[in-house]
Amino acid sequence: MTAGSLKNQNPPGIWDAKMPQDVRVRRDPLVPVTRTSFLPERDADKTPILECIDLGITFGGLKAVDNFNVAIGRTEIAGLIGPNGAGKTTIFNLLTKVYQPTHGTILLDGKDIAAMSTAQINRAGIARTFQNIRLFHNQTVLDNVLIGLHNEMEYGMGSAILRLPGYWKAERIARERAMEYLSLFHLEGHAEELAGSLPYGAQRRLEIARALATNPSLLLLDEPAAGMNPSETAELMENIEKIRDTFHIAILLIEHDMSLVMNICEGIVVLNFGRIIAKGTPSDIRANPAVIEAYLGRKGAKTL
Amino acid sequence: MKKLSKGARSDLITYAAVILAFIVVSVLKSNGSLNRSQSGLLVPICCYIVMAVSLNLTVGILGDLSLGHAGFMSVGAFTGVITAMSLMNVIPSVWLRLTLAMIVGAFFAAVIGFLIGIPVLRLTGDYLAIVTLAFGEIIKELITCLLVGVDSEGLHIIFNVSGSKTANDLKLLEGGRVIIKGAQGATGTKTIASFTAGFILVMIALVIVQNLIRSRQGRAIMAVRDNRIAAESVGINVTRYKMMAFVTSAALAGAAGALFGLNYSNLAATKFDFNTSILVLVFVVLGGLGNIWGSIIATVVLYILPEALRGFANYRMLIYAIVLIVVMLATNNPVLKTYREELRAKFSRKDKKEAADT
Ligand SMILES: Nc1ncnc2c1ncn2[C@@H]1O[C@H](COP(=O)(O)OP(=O)(O)O)[C@@H](O)[C@H]1O
Ligand SMILES: [Mg+2]
Repeated sequence: MTAGSLKNQNPPGIWDAKMPQDVRVRRDPLVPVTRTSFLPERDADKTPILECIDLGITFGGLKAVDNFNVAIGRTEIAGLIGPNGAGKTTIFNLLTKVYQPTHGTILLDGKDIAAMSTAQINRAGIARTFQNIRLFHNQTVLDNVLIGLHNEMEYGMGSAILRLPGYWKAERIARERAMEYLSLFHLEGHAEELAGSLPYGAQRRLEIARALATNPSLLLLDEPAAGMNPSETAELMENIEKIRDTFHIAILLIEHDMSLVMNICEGIVVLNFGRIIAKGTPSDIRANPAVIEAYLGRKGAKTL
Repeated sequence: MKKLSKGARSDLITYAAVILAFIVVSVLKSNGSLNRSQSGLLVPICCYIVMAVSLNLTVGILGDLSLGHAGFMSVGAFTGVITAMSLMNVIPSVWLRLTLAMIVGAFFAAVIGFLIGIPVLRLTGDYLAIVTLAFGEIIKELITCLLVGVDSEGLHIIFNVSGSKTANDLKLLEGGRVIIKGAQGATGTKTIASFTAGFILVMIALVIVQNLIRSRQGRAIMAVRDNRIAAESVGINVTRYKMMAFVTSAALAGAAGALFGLNYSNLAATKFDFNTSILVLVFVVLGGLGNIWGSIIATVVLYILPEALRGFANYRMLIYAIVLIVVMLATNNPVLKTYREELRAKFSRKDKKEAADT
């Protein structure tokens, strides 16, 4: 197992002055790792960053998600697609313990996260954005990212109140670091504005910056391109690949924009009525009859 | 020059204004411009400022409603009085006794805040309001049952639930003193509180609250207030930061209570009732939620006003109500708020230009 070597390539802590280097990741074919899961070839010999085994949740008799089996490679960009109400957001809520699974197991980097809370899961390595943006609207853009850096800063309440040197040092470094995250998303010029006053597309980008600031090994993006215009979407697409290449993390995204999904995702999982109906590379998915049927008569079918 | 953020600058202005006010009032006091009843208001005003600033931490910064803040003041007052009175023969220094009393008052209030917080702060919803409301009433009843005295053997404490016991049952030795006498509360307290001590306590409370707000802890507390789910999603332990805000708030109220208790030779527990909690809440709400200097101004204006209006006899409450409305409009009105923001933006732009020129 060479998992350790990859972990070292993860973004260094906030104490490192420089951002990690951008090293292009090549696009790999998928290889089977278990009877039901595939990983990009380069990640296949390492523990998947995420593994879901028989994951499911029932809401008052409705099986919103059932029998969800998926593995995601450590540097994979994966897509989760499906019609509205298929259960995609519910899966994100299960992975982050906003909802408690009714059955099944979630392994993060091989470790069961059943006993963890939402906050602990973030500290263990999963960060996310929300379909209906959840920023701290009345706080500045910079403060939003600083809140994302919360656990990257280490000073106690005493240092904070007495403004000890540790406070000043950590705050200065965190601010620099936050500005770097903001400039990744061209938001550095808006640092002092209120998050709620940003245009919609910029709010989505800020939410990604805030999630990234928590130094995750798996980033979950819930419809990141929703409400963006085509040029913003194109830039987002580039950014998502750049994030993966820079930070060497895995990204799982829910998206309705098929061109985005087909262009940047290596593995795609298709969900319908809470169940997986197809899994594979973009070309597998495009050719899959079950997928075409699920999308039949929908806008998606044309672009698929 | 190092650029100060908007928040840091408003903090400094608050400190400066408080120091200036203290100097002006001290001068007025020393040259005899204040009459007895006016100078009698100084210590309580300081205590209530600390109460309002600390309650603002819970209600404005954390965003949880507390209806029993006077209960923490009460805990601080009586534990503080017991501390100061029982150490009277041991520690001759008034300042040391006063400091110890405030520390003990803050400590006990913090412990009780922590105990209340354990079950309540895990829950979402307005449970804190209900529980703190009950706490405020319960603590008042408990202290009404308390008999405390001190003699050469140490503290004597009787918990007089049946109501049949009196101070004589404390069986104090020759030279002993009764400190708390049931429903009468603290009696015969040696009043060691002073305006200077009040000013120092206000400054300490301001430093604690304002520095906390502008730290990772404070940002976490406000993140929980603004969007709990998002706060959890970035790894913030919600219960921990709610507890931090609530316990800090309780501790400051305890310290204020100790100072308040040592300002009166007789003080009954009924002084710290629901009305007092609501009064402080009114200061906070009218001063603006999360607005620290607003809490200070609202407290000063609304505390002095009823006294200043004594001459108006019947119109007193009418004028009081009108001022309440005016203060609320001035601090919370969205139109004025935007106007202030614009002014501030204009000034900071001017600053920037000046900085660029130099
Ligand atoms: N908290 C909840 N209580 C009851 N039903 C829910 C809850 N959350 C989601 N659902 C249901 O689960 C299904 C999947 O929803 P969702 O995951 O939001 O779909 P989408 O794939 O569009 O993101 C829907 O039928 C939705 O009504
Ligand atoms: Mg959804």
